[in-house]
Amino acid sequence: MAVDAQTVEKLAELARIAISEETIDEVSSRLGDVLQLVDQLQAVNTDGVEPMAHPLDEVQVLRKDEVTEPNRREAFLALAPQSEAGLYLVPKVID
Amino acid sequence: MEWEVVIGLEVHVQLATQSKIFSGASTAFGAEPNTQACAIDLAMPGTLPVPNEEAFRFAVMFGLAMNAEIGMRSVFERKNYFYPDLPKGYQTTQLEQPIVGEGQIEIHLEDGSSKTVRLHHAHLEEDAGKSLHEDFHGMSGIDLNRAGTPLIEIVSEPDMRSAAEAVAYLKKIHSIVTYLGISDGDMSQGSLRCDANVSVRLKGEEELGTRTEIKNLNSFRFIEKAIKVEAQRQIDLIEDGGKVTQETRLYDADKNETRSMRSKEVANDYRYFPCPDLLPVVLTDDYVEQIRGELPELPDAKCARFEKDYGLSAYDADQLTQERATADYFEQVAAKSGEAKLAANWVMGELAALLNREEKSIEDSPVSAEHLAGLIARIKDNTISSKIAKQVFEAMANGDGDADTVIEAKGLKQVSDTGAIEKLVDDVIAASTSQVENYRNADPDKRPKMMGFFVGQIMKASKGQANPQMINKILKEKLDALL
Repeated sequence: MAVDAQTVEKLAELARIAISEETIDEVSSRLGDVLQLVDQLQAVNTDGVEPMAHPLDEVQVLRKDEVTEPNRREAFLALAPQSEAGLYLVPKVID
Repeated sequence: MEWEVVIGLEVHVQLATQSKIFSGASTAFGAEPNTQACAIDLAMPGTLPVPNEEAFRFAVMFGLAMNAEIGMRSVFERKNYFYPDLPKGYQTTQLEQPIVGEGQIEIHLEDGSSKTVRLHHAHLEEDAGKSLHEDFHGMSGIDLNRAGTPLIEIVSEPDMRSAAEAVAYLKKIHSIVTYLGISDGDMSQGSLRCDANVSVRLKGEEELGTRTEIKNLNSFRFIEKAIKVEAQRQIDLIEDGGKVTQETRLYDADKNETRSMRSKEVANDYRYFPCPDLLPVVLTDDYVEQIRGELPELPDAKCARFEKDYGLSAYDADQLTQERATADYFEQVAAKSGEAKLAANWVMGELAALLNREEKSIEDSPVSAEHLAGLIARIKDNTISSKIAKQVFEAMANGDGDADTVIEAKGLKQVSDTGAIEKLVDDVIAASTSQVENYRNADPDKRPKMMGFFVGQIMKASKGQANPQMINKILKEKLDALL
């Protein structure tokens, strides 16, 4: 199954990935290969088979409601390109 | 043409856990920015989420209170979108297998009627951080303290037919979550927020019209106004030959209008998939049954009990049980004063007016339940009249002490001494010769009404402190003796 250029562009935008004009063909053919594999898998009859969440049939462990994390703001802010007044600064976003 | 408005609500409720849904960072409100955002909340590489058991317990409590199915096996999914206050690039939420399934609640409308609203489902998810847009040299500031705060999103069926019904539904949800103690329900702090899906159709039409979603409504008043104005916009649009576009809109309270969120983004495509970092959460019957056994008395049950045990009207019982704190306050006043009906009248009357005036919640009431009960006891034993009681209440609200202290300090004790009242009556009769003459010449049927003048004068002379029943009795005897 082929993936057209338009779909590749849309997926790239949703994933915030830059894909250059020259590589679109290659990406669409590789995505097409992946989908071909999915098509093959879909040929298997899975009626009555529960989707697998973990190979060992584990269930999630929950933790007690306790505050265990100290304030490490300064260390984290130091990793950011820009910060001010305890806030991370990012290019202006307004919806 | 008669139009019908169709409304479904998505309500987000912040759960009152100590720590976040997937990390051990604190959820306390009002902390310095980013002091409660840990490596997991910040999506640092290599971190893994571990769900908070309390969030599940709270969600199950809610589900049971909504008579809903409980998801014994629930699954977290990733909802993918990019926004700076969402560091991971996805929100961990639930979709196909939520913790709470179908349910229903009864809502009570102002005209006294009731209606059932169906719950589509409710799911657990994490809140995002906050973006601050002002004053950062053209940049936005991001505070991630709220990122990862547990939420339940409660999705109703489109069962509401007016803004008033939507408000009644939301009030009921508010009432239930605060009764359960799973949220503080404080809308001003964003603990309870609401998106409204609104569409219109001709009355009698089966098919639903195209809906719009009004985002982020955070007060009962705005929700009501936003729904009204949006429904009218859609009706006008269709009547003018236009078509409603399915879109997200924002309510502008200053202009009282909704407007389209002109987002340049591609139509929402969240590409949900099960979160590989989290396994299915499986609950046992024992766990759910134990929670069921620990549920507190809920608003509907309390309302029925108030009607039965205290002899209150359905309306009064409903008013008093909407908020758990009000119900608790009333019960204390009723128990301590032994006068449930007077207690109900005072809590819904003078006390509610006082709290409204001072913009205080009942928890911060300037008049304690004990002081109000003391006041009611003095009305009951005739130490003061109801009229004087209002004066005493105001003094208590100003911090002048309990009822007895105020009555004593201001000398407000009701005069019930026969001799003193007789003297007041005699003085007024002596000073009102023409009115006495009119009374004597009047038709006997008219006389009781004419007594009002004398009662008023006597009350005035006693500064409102004379016992009204005694005035009536003595006055009548004395006037009749003159006939």
